[in-house]
Amino acid sequence: MSPSRPILLQGGRVIDPSRDVDDPADVLIQDGKIAAVGRGIGTPDGAIVRNVTGHVVTPGLVDLHVHLREPGNEDEETVASGARAAAAGGFTAICAMPNTDPVADNQAAVGFIVRQSGRAGLTRVHPVGAVSIGQKGERLAEFGEMVSAGAVAVSDDGKPIVSSHLMRTALEYARTFNIPVADHCEEPTLASSGVMHEGLVSTRLGLKGIPSAAEEIMVARNVLLAELTGGHVHLCHMSARGSVAIIREAKDRGIRVTAEVTPHHLTLTDYACEDYNTQAKMNPPLREAADVAALRGALKDGVIDCIASDHAPHAYDEKEAAFDDAPFGVVGLETAFAVANTELVESGLFTLPELIRRMSTDPARVFHLSGGTLAPDAVADVAVFDITAKWSVDPATFHSKSHNTPFAGRALTGRAVLTIVAGTIAHEL
Amino acid sequence: MSANSILGKDLTGLEHMTPEQIRLMLDTAEPFKEVSERPIKKVPALRGKTIVNLFFEASTRTRISFEFAEKRLSADTVNVAATGSSVSKGETLVDTARNLEAMRIDMVVIRHGSSGAAEFLGNRIASNVINAGDGKHEHPTQALLDLLTIRDKHGKIAGLKVCLVGDVLHSRVARSNIWGLSKLGAEVAVCGPWTLLPRGIAELGVSVFGRVEEAIEWGADVLNVLRLQLERMEKGFIPSLREYYRVFGVTPERLERAAKPITIMHPGPMNRGVEIDSRVADGPHSVILDQVTNGVAVRMAVLYLLAGGRAELADAAKRGAGGNE
Repeated sequence: MSPSRPILLQGGRVIDPSRDVDDPADVLIQDGKIAAVGRGIGTPDGAIVRNVTGHVVTPGLVDLHVHLREPGNEDEETVASGARAAAAGGFTAICAMPNTDPVADNQAAVGFIVRQSGRAGLTRVHPVGAVSIGQKGERLAEFGEMVSAGAVAVSDDGKPIVSSHLMRTALEYARTFNIPVADHCEEPTLASSGVMHEGLVSTRLGLKGIPSAAEEIMVARNVLLAELTGGHVHLCHMSARGSVAIIREAKDRGIRVTAEVTPHHLTLTDYACEDYNTQAKMNPPLREAADVAALRGALKDGVIDCIASDHAPHAYDEKEAAFDDAPFGVVGLETAFAVANTELVESGLFTLPELIRRMSTDPARVFHLSGGTLAPDAVADVAVFDITAKWSVDPATFHSKSHNTPFAGRALTGRAVLTIVAGTIAHEL
Repeated sequence: MSANSILGKDLTGLEHMTPEQIRLMLDTAEPFKEVSERPIKKVPALRGKTIVNLFFEASTRTRISFEFAEKRLSADTVNVAATGSSVSKGETLVDTARNLEAMRIDMVVIRHGSSGAAEFLGNRIASNVINAGDGKHEHPTQALLDLLTIRDKHGKIAGLKVCLVGDVLHSRVARSNIWGLSKLGAEVAVCGPWTLLPRGIAELGVSVFGRVEEAIEWGADVLNVLRLQLERMEKGFIPSLREYYRVFGVTPERLERAAKPITIMHPGPMNRGVEIDSRVADGPHSVILDQVTNGVAVRMAVLYLLAGGRAELADAAKRGAGGNE
């Protein structure tokens, strides 16, 4: 990275969960690193100065779970457009799942993502390598070479790891490289061709349901295999209250398990699928109010470690179909913070520092990423939020190439006004 | 492009219909029954209207019933079947709809394998849309003809006990019947193997029985026996057709336990010797063929009302006075 001008953020409320800081302070960024945090910092020569009085300065947000569609479906998203959307959402690092076309199951494919990220020069895009060749669930991919090329974790996300033997060997083998194995927890014979949560709404709509047990069974299996192997399992996008209970018990027993939850699973229920609204079709499905309450509680007390968006872009006409025929998934990078801030902080359930911890410090810890802190000498991945800004979600204004969101038209509070990656401004409102 | 009728633009299901709207459809069907009994079975109520019967799933009975209803109202009709059409060449539902609309049609009758397909279409085209069965969601005209048949037989619907027997999980007929019967004041139950009863069904306000005997003890006035799709066995919901008949078949032996004669209905086509015994299907309390007859009248009523026909003109319409607004 070429030397960039120093940046001085003056007068903001600095929240740094990594050091339990929540104080008014200036933040000075030099040479791509946090140079100083404190009051009355002098302005270095040539510095870019931003008065952020009334705003909140935090470590940049970290998203462990996004789908960029490059290579293969660049009309829906590219590494660059995803990085741009991420920067606009206050994210300074995102982790790209390997279910592209072709699958990122080798060092060349993983290295391609790293290079595209570098070319974009915005939010850092960390590749996640596939667990199995072609995500076919048969033979292990070359974890070692993928890690050397930049992979920060392995996952067959989009598909569950069906074979318990493969999951076991993946967890064992991943220990060598100290990376987590992230699993999309879904028992395929139970979930088979289901399109939404199995319950009253699916019965009324006549849609095939996916019972919560389809997730819970795999959560339990993964916990048991993590215990057996000593490996680190990361459970993607938790949706069911039963999963929460299993994770809680596993953590109490010291098993190496971490978990994430999406903004939509924290805020919406299966009623969002009414009228066959394909923007609410996602996998795992939106479940019931009791699940939402359990997920919120688990995120609050750390049983679930972090929020991840599961940003899943789809072309507009793909969602313009009968519910059965529409693809799963919603975009989330540009709404994640505001949805969480509105629903969790404004409602009084979380403090703002608690939310920032779950969206920055903790996800960085889970995948061993830089960032998530404003400690001196740390990489200068920083976000500034106007937490009072009221705005209404208009998908047409997204930087993402895709607009498939269940939050269109929703009034939200809070948005990123400045995002700095490695000491360089990646987004400014 | 008719203005919204008293039923709204489309008939996609009974869940969101009011009891008054349902009664109106049944009452409007009454005068249309007589049209089919005449030597010249035709009234000019829908003369000049163009109707497309868009069937993405195979259907004989429902399609023919709609076609008769349309022709007896003097509409111009076109049948589009999924096989051999652009649909099988990968055209999307929305493109199919737009192309039909571009040919300036007035109504679409759609059957589709995906739940919500009729609503999807109705939200995207200006023509009236009538749901002739969408996935496992609703089949409103079937439920209406069932209601009409029950009312003919018992003189009322409110207060009757009606049980839907069999594969409720996959049945759009069951869902539409539950809504229609409940809204008109009947007590509704469902009965079948637990593998074929959907989660949360009791929350719709119906009683749930695991055996036919329990439904009979409950005091059912009507058993509406649902068709068992043979593929359910292949998919493992039931072990065999033989056992299904033994445990869940509606047989004279089971019906003998009833304190009173039970009216027997079936939406067809029947699997004799599987969900229903022939002696029951052909027996004195079966109204299965009355259902078929009423199907034409109910569909005439729905078409007529959606086209903007006024209820009080239904009687005049059948005499040939027209009735379109």
